[in-house]
Amino acid sequence: MTQIVQMQGMNKYFGTLHVLKEIDLTVEAGEVVVIIGASGSGKSTLIRCVNGLEEFESGKLIVDGNELAPKGGNQKALTEIRKEVGMVFQQFNLFPHLTVKKNIMLAPRKVKEAPEPIANATAERLLNRVGIASQADKYPSHLSGGQQQRVAIARALAMEPKLMLFDEPTSALDPEMIGEVLDVMRELAKEGMTMMVVTHEMGFAREVADRVIYIHEGKIVEEGKPADVFDNPQNERTQAFLSRVLAH
Amino acid sequence: MEFQFQFDWQAAIDSIPFLLKGVPYTLLISFGGLAIGFVLGIFFGLLSINKKWFFRWPATAYIEIFRGTPILVQVLFIFYGLPDLIGGPIDPLTAGIAAIALNSGAYISEVVRGGVQSIDKGQTEAGLSLGLSRSQTFWSIIWPQAFRRMIPPLGNQAIVSIKDTSLFSVIGVGELVRQGQVYIANTFTAFEVYFVVALMYLAITLSLSLVLRYIERRGLASV
Repeated sequence: MTQIVQMQGMNKYFGTLHVLKEIDLTVEAGEVVVIIGASGSGKSTLIRCVNGLEEFESGKLIVDGNELAPKGGNQKALTEIRKEVGMVFQQFNLFPHLTVKKNIMLAPRKVKEAPEPIANATAERLLNRVGIASQADKYPSHLSGGQQQRVAIARALAMEPKLMLFDEPTSALDPEMIGEVLDVMRELAKEGMTMMVVTHEMGFAREVADRVIYIHEGKIVEEGKPADVFDNPQNERTQAFLSRVLAH
Repeated sequence: MEFQFQFDWQAAIDSIPFLLKGVPYTLLISFGGLAIGFVLGIFFGLLSINKKWFFRWPATAYIEIFRGTPILVQVLFIFYGLPDLIGGPIDPLTAGIAAIALNSGAYISEVVRGGVQSIDKGQTEAGLSLGLSRSQTFWSIIWPQAFRRMIPPLGNQAIVSIKDTSLFSVIGVGELVRQGQVYIANTFTAFEVYFVVALMYLAITLSLSLVLRYIERRGLASV
């Protein structure tokens, strides 16, 4: 198996706050890893380190053969990594001044220098895939939250990433729109996309994840198959967390 | 003796052709200066939000100096002071344009800074995460959104600068106020002439407001 992500003894601080502690984690190609944990546990920070949106202070991080250096060193590796890793944000972060289609075409045009007709065809194909082809020429603000997040997924996919990062992709959505976004993610997983997902959707984690990781105060305290982690958690922290989130 | 004042309409109307000769100068100084000021504003505004202090520092110095001193002093300094330094006279038109450029540039720097900083950092993160370079992210994602937000304050600055050109009558540029002063010196119809001068400024600034409102509405419609 090829390892897409390798973290070894990774530490991250915000000032004096130690947010990630000695993280060891590998993600294999085609694997879906779901990261769970309480607010402020460091789970978002962890996946934001993978594409360099956060710098780390010490340890090792290799993404698809490109090794990032601590404190934002090795810009070259970072540039390569960002071309190969897509990211979906909690707040969508679509570009409000561009139409849906232009949102998707921007990176292929600028980064890959894809010709207009090819980028256009890619955008249409992806919009079809996420089920909103009819909205192509609208501006993001005219779409519902669920539609916006699906556009954001299509936008990331347009770069043909080897790894997709999802940072709480459904947390800002109205409840009735969560399903449509999870459906798209489920499809992606089925097609073999390597995914790292931070989420509070335990049902999704149980169903789609190959592996679930529980983070507590910046440390990975439990890791395993969803059935094992959810039904038979070994660590008492995990037990306490799961009893809180699964209770209702 | 009874004092009675009557607005002399004929005197007002008669002054118009002479006063109109000042309008091109007023427009040239305003818009020439603002065009250069806009370039200065983008340059220093972007420098002022750079992470490195040695980029930020000169921008801050420029902004504080030209915002913190009166534009009248600036133009007097350029017109009467600078020739001593460069060893030759500066013509009043150039001095006027330079003063508007440097002065508006300082204010526009702040407009640029505010506009850029008002864009959510999630936009930058989205751009970077897609593989765009920092400069690609800035120019294709941040700047177009920031510029849209900058239109109202830029319009404001344009109106302020148009009115500031009236101060340049002191260095003898034949702009609107100067034309008025010269005309009054011969006719002694100060009330009527300054009334017409004021109307002419109002005509210029109101037209600009209308154009800006139109641009703003069109710009916002697409978001």
